[in-house]
Amino acid sequence: MDVLDLTRLQFAVVTIYHYFFVPLSISLAASAAGLQIAWLRTKKEHYLHLTKFVGKLLIVTFAVGVVTGLVQEFQFGLGWSAFANFYGDVFGPTLAIEGMLAFFLEATFLALWYFGWDRLPRLVHTACIVIVAVGTLLSAFIILAANSFMQNPVAYALDPVTGRARLTSFTELMLNKVNLAAFPHTMSGAVMVGGALLLALGVWRLAADPAYGVLARLGAWLTLVGGGFTALTGDHLGKVITEVQPMKMAAAEALYETTSGAPFAVFATGKPLPEFALEIPWLLSILAKGDPGATVQGIDDLQAQYAAEFGPGSYVPMIPVAFWTFRLMIGAGMLAMVIGGYYLWRTRKGRRAPRWLTRWLPLIPLLPAAANTFGWIFTETARQPWIAFGISKVADGISPGLTSSEVIASLAGFTVVYGVLAVVWLRLVRHLARQPLVASTPASSSADLAPVY
Amino acid sequence: MITFWFSVVVLAWVLFFVLEGFDFGVGILGPVLGRDDHERGAAVRTIGPFWDGNEVWLVAAIGVTFAAFPAWYGALLSGLYIPMVVLLLLLAVRGVALEFRGKGDGERYRRRADLALALSSLGIVLLWGALLAIFTRGLAIGADGQVVGSGLSRTLGPLFTLPALLGASAALVAALLLGATFLSLRTSGPLRRRSRALARWGGTGGAVALVVAGTATGSPLVLAAAVLSFGTGLLARTSREALAFTTAALIVAGSVVAVFTTHGQVVLHSTVDPAFALTRTSAAATPQALSLITWAGVLILPGVLAYQAFSYYVFRRRVASERVPS
Repeated sequence: MDVLDLTRLQFAVVTIYHYFFVPLSISLAASAAGLQIAWLRTKKEHYLHLTKFVGKLLIVTFAVGVVTGLVQEFQFGLGWSAFANFYGDVFGPTLAIEGMLAFFLEATFLALWYFGWDRLPRLVHTACIVIVAVGTLLSAFIILAANSFMQNPVAYALDPVTGRARLTSFTELMLNKVNLAAFPHTMSGAVMVGGALLLALGVWRLAADPAYGVLARLGAWLTLVGGGFTALTGDHLGKVITEVQPMKMAAAEALYETTSGAPFAVFATGKPLPEFALEIPWLLSILAKGDPGATVQGIDDLQAQYAAEFGPGSYVPMIPVAFWTFRLMIGAGMLAMVIGGYYLWRTRKGRRAPRWLTRWLPLIPLLPAAANTFGWIFTETARQPWIAFGISKVADGISPGLTSSEVIASLAGFTVVYGVLAVVWLRLVRHLARQPLVASTPASSSADLAPVY
Repeated sequence: MITFWFSVVVLAWVLFFVLEGFDFGVGILGPVLGRDDHERGAAVRTIGPFWDGNEVWLVAAIGVTFAAFPAWYGALLSGLYIPMVVLLLLLAVRGVALEFRGKGDGERYRRRADLALALSSLGIVLLWGALLAIFTRGLAIGADGQVVGSGLSRTLGPLFTLPALLGASAALVAALLLGATFLSLRTSGPLRRRSRALARWGGTGGAVALVVAGTATGSPLVLAAAVLSFGTGLLARTSREALAFTTAALIVAGSVVAVFTTHGQVVLHSTVDPAFALTRTSAAATPQALSLITWAGVLILPGVLAYQAFSYYVFRRRVASERVPS
């Protein structure tokens, strides 16, 4: 591995890791807000207890998301300073505005909410968690706009003197059609993984308190509905990507030759895939263009077209990675959705779920988490060799002075520390779930003291 | 415009170093001043609602640096690659230790969290001090705007120099002073007493060290810091806790401003050849990008300052470190 591969690997590792906690925070914040509003409106005590429980999950998850997200903010300068330099005008303001607009909101109001139960009027307090939820959505939208720029560069002009990209319209950057398609898809995926966590914990602790049954069913609903939206928005995103990055979708299908009425391969084997394939006729054409007879461009044609347009070189991403991550994403996500729906069906009208189901359900968060991860691996690896599609390659983005030993050292450091954090987080979530839902109200040690200022 | 954004960048860094400075100081002092689990918990609770919002100032500082001076952001971070990565890892440990401390089970768990918090805070403070010192000296920037060198020593080397060592010790004293004055302001009971005593001795001791350093280097700035440090000690003695904290904060703020303006228009000095240095103008983003973030900043930042102030107002009561008989 050379320094470029190592730096790419490091970016992948820290970003994928970060993205275990991000969708959880997004959906837990929204769930906590929803539960608290439900409590305010119905005055049912168990909603309050569940709000506090979800709040605890949120705050420990958010903490890991914050500290690993900080790394993301530095990554562009650490490993990719050439990219930072050339696209600083586009990326810098985006990151700065995300930080100023969203992160401050999230951090400050989450603390106000978490510590402010008896310091703030009820409505102001509820507003705090709603603001946190809105903040998470805002930051997701802005950062996905930055990512969408890499998939489909818009709203920029290349400076003829410096060769640097400069932003022409911030609104246009935000309203990139890839972002408008990717944001709902990503958010639906986030709802699924948070829902699956609530479902898992609810089922696991069902015996301890009937309120966990409410939590489990809420989680199952989120998994089911989130799954439905993920499928719908994914279909739309697929069509947009076929338009702006046809190579990515061709790679996802291992479709070498331009084909009309192209089939969708559920399964394929062979060296470059596919030698043997299990195919559903016309489905690919429908997925890509919404028409069974539509022509889908193949890899070979696109390679020839790009070579003519951008100069010699390979413009083909890693086909098996694209092919399989795409399928695993869909498979894992849909399986989670079906399980969520099945749980709802089996627990309808107060029925009890069968034992085999409740025994395995605590593992369900792994499915949407895997789907999210596969989705990102797909979308980022199948963008290769570009760092920003059509204008700049990954190899040109790396920090010029960076040495292999530096990246090996940092990668080792991230792996060790992040590994420990994951173990500690998991054990803490387990510990929190084991606590009685209704706290035995320890005598608040914060006897009201005189204000300092 | 460029000068304006340079000031915004410096302001964001000042806010980060002052606000997180006391978080780090409290983190280190928790196990030192807190004699038992309850007292250590009280120390952590003084910063519990604030640390995350304070840390966002680092995100803001680095984000604004990226937005307004992309070349500076790239050269600084890639040129200090290893120290920056270590810093991020320590910040990760610190944040998680702080947030996880009160949620686990048992005193042994909390003791471990306290230890992780104190050691990571200590590492962060030393590293920042060293980095600021390195920053005033400049980096080995070559003709292509990149730090030259090979292997690990390229970016690790500058850490093991005398200025870096001095910077680290100065930062430690500053963080302890800031942490002690904050603790004495935000707690009651034994913790308040002990942190005031520490602020008293720390302020006076720091003043002595600074006078020595100031006369050795003949720098009036260092002597001014010595006066402030002495003042902090004096104010802590006369139980003017808010003023003592403000004075300590002034030392930190002043030092950060001094560091960032050492080389005037040059934002990153080159130790290889001054001609390779990065200036404000050469590092700045295009006027369009600057005006975009100006709009965003003008619209957003006053609000941020207001609601952060509100949060300090909501959690304005002292944290009791004495045992409340239940």
